[in-house]
Amino acid sequence: MEYGFTTAAYVVAAVLFIQSLGGLSGQESAKRAVWYGIAGMALAVLATVIGPGAGNWVLSLLMIAAGGAIGWVVAQRVQMTEMPQLVAAMHSLVGLAAVFIGYNAHIEAAFVAATPEDQRHALEGFAAILAHKTAVELTILRVEVFLGVFIGAVTFTGSVIAYGKLAGKVDGKANKLPGGHILNAAAAIGSVLMLVVYLQTASAMALIVMTLLAFFIGYHLIMGIGGADMPVVVSMLNSYSGWAAAAIGFSLSNDLLIVVGALVGSSGAILSYIMCKAMNRSFISVILGGFGGTTGPAMEISGEQIAIDTEGVAAALNEADSIIIIPGYGMAVAQAQQAVSELTRKLRAKGKNVRFAIHPVAGRLPGHMNVLLAEAKVPYDIVLEMDEINEDFPSTDVAIVIGSNDIVNPAAQEDPNSPIAGMPVLECWKAKQVFVSKRGQGTGYSGIENPLFYKDNTRMFYGDAKKSLDALLPMID
Amino acid sequence: MKIGAPKEIFEGEARVAMTPDSAKLLQKLGHSCVIETGAGEKAGFSDKAYEDAGVEVVKTAAALFKAADIIVKVRGPEPKEAKMLGEGQTLISFFWPAQNEKLLEQMKKQGTTAIAMDMVPRISRAQKMDALSSMANIAGYRAVIEAGNNFGRFFTGQVTAAGKVPPAKVLVVGAGVAGLAAIGTATSLGAITYAFDVRPEVAEQIESMGAQFVYLEFDASELPDGAATGGYAAPSTPEFQAKQLAKFRELAPDIDIVITTALIPGRPAPKLWTKDMVEMMKPGSVIVDLAAERGGNCDLTVMDQKVVTDNGVTIVGYTDFPSRMAAQASTLYSNNIRHMLADLTPGKDGVINHNMEDDVIRGATVAHQGEITFPPPPPKVAAIAVQKPKEKAKELTPEEKRAKEVAAFKAQTRNQVGLLAVGGGLLLLAGMFTPASFMAHFIVFVLACYVGFQVIWNVSHSLHTPLMAVTNAISSIIILGALLQIGSGSWLVIVLASLSVFMAGINIFGGFMVTRRMLAMFQKS
Repeated sequence: MEYGFTTAAYVVAAVLFIQSLGGLSGQESAKRAVWYGIAGMALAVLATVIGPGAGNWVLSLLMIAAGGAIGWVVAQRVQMTEMPQLVAAMHSLVGLAAVFIGYNAHIEAAFVAATPEDQRHALEGFAAILAHKTAVELTILRVEVFLGVFIGAVTFTGSVIAYGKLAGKVDGKANKLPGGHILNAAAAIGSVLMLVVYLQTASAMALIVMTLLAFFIGYHLIMGIGGADMPVVVSMLNSYSGWAAAAIGFSLSNDLLIVVGALVGSSGAILSYIMCKAMNRSFISVILGGFGGTTGPAMEISGEQIAIDTEGVAAALNEADSIIIIPGYGMAVAQAQQAVSELTRKLRAKGKNVRFAIHPVAGRLPGHMNVLLAEAKVPYDIVLEMDEINEDFPSTDVAIVIGSNDIVNPAAQEDPNSPIAGMPVLECWKAKQVFVSKRGQGTGYSGIENPLFYKDNTRMFYGDAKKSLDALLPMID
Repeated sequence: MKIGAPKEIFEGEARVAMTPDSAKLLQKLGHSCVIETGAGEKAGFSDKAYEDAGVEVVKTAAALFKAADIIVKVRGPEPKEAKMLGEGQTLISFFWPAQNEKLLEQMKKQGTTAIAMDMVPRISRAQKMDALSSMANIAGYRAVIEAGNNFGRFFTGQVTAAGKVPPAKVLVVGAGVAGLAAIGTATSLGAITYAFDVRPEVAEQIESMGAQFVYLEFDASELPDGAATGGYAAPSTPEFQAKQLAKFRELAPDIDIVITTALIPGRPAPKLWTKDMVEMMKPGSVIVDLAAERGGNCDLTVMDQKVVTDNGVTIVGYTDFPSRMAAQASTLYSNNIRHMLADLTPGKDGVINHNMEDDVIRGATVAHQGEITFPPPPPKVAAIAVQKPKEKAKELTPEEKRAKEVAAFKAQTRNQVGLLAVGGGLLLLAGMFTPASFMAHFIVFVLACYVGFQVIWNVSHSLHTPLMAVTNAISSIIILGALLQIGSGSWLVIVLASLSVFMAGINIFGGFMVTRRMLAMFQKS
């Protein structure tokens, strides 16, 4: 096959990928868009396998088939509540693959360099491309390989830790080794030193040391970030996996890799930005972990948390005309989304206006709540974003908070000294009545008291969200 | 504890402090209930209904006072009733302790605990037991009905075959609870309603009820801050009063119905509707004075009576509006009482815990354990937050708007051009030092980033998880690198490359499949 055919196929694939991301602007077009992505990927792989430079295609196909089978099974079996873990796990695979491919590029480069000048024309595949490079290009290649491996390695360990935290296999709290960020900074400086060494000598040792340092950075960085900041972490890792692919694309002189890497990288960057904005925190402060310091004593909260029983909630719901439900991570933990959906169905059947308000950082993954509700067959047109629904709370009869805390904390608006002051929150306390389904009297992730629970129109509906809702369901008539 | 409600013996009082419904809920708190026979009769609750609700019915007041630990009443105790209260008994009723010092003294002597429903602090937590508000609400409603009863025309305007009917014009003075209730009732009957209050910050509430707020033209600095005294208007300055009367004089000839509700705590009601205003009004007009008990807002009001002036204006000075709607008033009042008892019974076990640390209970208790506990210390919680009048956003003239838009456009242009210049400059600088082959890739990279940013901003928030899954899948495009290397001669490269292909394969299939699964779940209703 001609080289031109592969390039043409790459162009088509790139367009298909852009289409597939662009199609995600709406729920219906997204269903088509995913097929664009699949077609683009199939085309790119096919063009590469039959194109120049590739060999050993039997092994390639075997490996793809084996990996694909595992991927397929996992994708079919995974619970929607486990999506954050799955996404993190998949990022780690991309990261590790980037490390391997970067190593390969290094090995090939070393091999080419060792080959005598007159034999180089006999080289095939990737090595052949390398053979034509000038000295400057080789230096750039080393930087690219180095960057690809570095980002890949950070992504790998970072994602593994993120996976562990999300799956509950690693303690979700922010943990740092003594020395904290100085260790990270030292490791980063060490990596830069290794880059200098690598550029001078092209030694494999420098690359390996750097990889280990990058592994450590990824591990330690994510260990220091707590549970509710995970949406930022996961989107950041998403971004990194893209940049790693782009860096590898540079080192392999493959434009499609560069294009796709850049697409994914910018997508993750935008997601991180949106998440940070929704928490009113800078990206740096999230990465450095922990909440910012307070500027004064927190506002005193007066009043008491008043509990309510199932009958009370049922009576209020039966009387209400408009209801807004605010789900949070607690709903996912309690697996209560089916019960919520059933409640919604019953209330809607009675002609009530039931809607959902989703805060951008609700859950552990951007858009996590939307997916959970969609799985439970809640129609997506009643699931609204914070900006769309916040103004409707004053005209709402009942707001039900299920398993969320910080995102409905009025202290963000009322108390300038609160650590979360200025964070955009769902103003559910403006509804005529608020029910909070909660396991106990504890505070949220940020550890801040929530004055919402003490408001006069708030009633605490204690207990496991799923059990409470299941008890509530038969009483709605 | 046993809770008893006697028959009200005050002349004309038709309300009762316990209804069958409230009795049921009191029993849920662990109490038992007893009632004097015929107590609920005037409010429409028969003895049978009480018995069905599990309430014991006793023949005489004396028996009831003997049987019950807690006496709940509407009106304060008459001397005859006060005598029957003993040590350790609790009385919950209206009390007006400031006006009834002798009675208070008697409670102290007899060792009776007295909880005054009129002393419940006006904080939001205590709204559920604020009997003054619930009764004022009824008074406001009834005032409009009473006015309509004495008014010879429709409230609402109509165009009928027999001719056109103009709508009635109603002026409500004082937008407290009663005033707002009156406004709501009048507007829902179809009248054109105006309302006045000395607190400009209630204008919003008035307008939300559908009435027009009558503004006085004033410098903002001269307005008193009425909210500082617990939600009631403080006496106004002489200039203010003059202005206000002038405004009323201007309105008087036009208004068909005036409902006055202005009260100042601890003082006689202010005179707001003077004799000359009444004379200016059209014959057949009606004035309902809800402040009649405290002297009336109108000069010509006679307490507890309906009078007709020489020019045919009817002035209603009744003071028993809630009692005229006894069923409704009893229901609300008994709920207020029940909420008070619920706060007194925190354990829901029928055991009274008279917690004098609690702001609400402390505030309402006027006599306790042989001590007079009136007046209470100021509540720990500020009554109602002082509201600052909202500053209205200044309306921009078209020229100003235009200038603003131009300025915004210029700033945006400057930003964009600046960014482009810096970015372009950096790119050119990089191009001077790097080989062409690198730059070719670099341009692709920059353009792809640009396209990525443009595309991703349009992605719907609700699809962020599918977005992550699909970007995950397509970031496995890294498989191409591995595919290119797998044909290498070195075994190490082959092993690493095939491992990469394997991992990327998991990702491609897993990512796309899970995205598809997720997207298929999104369904429109």
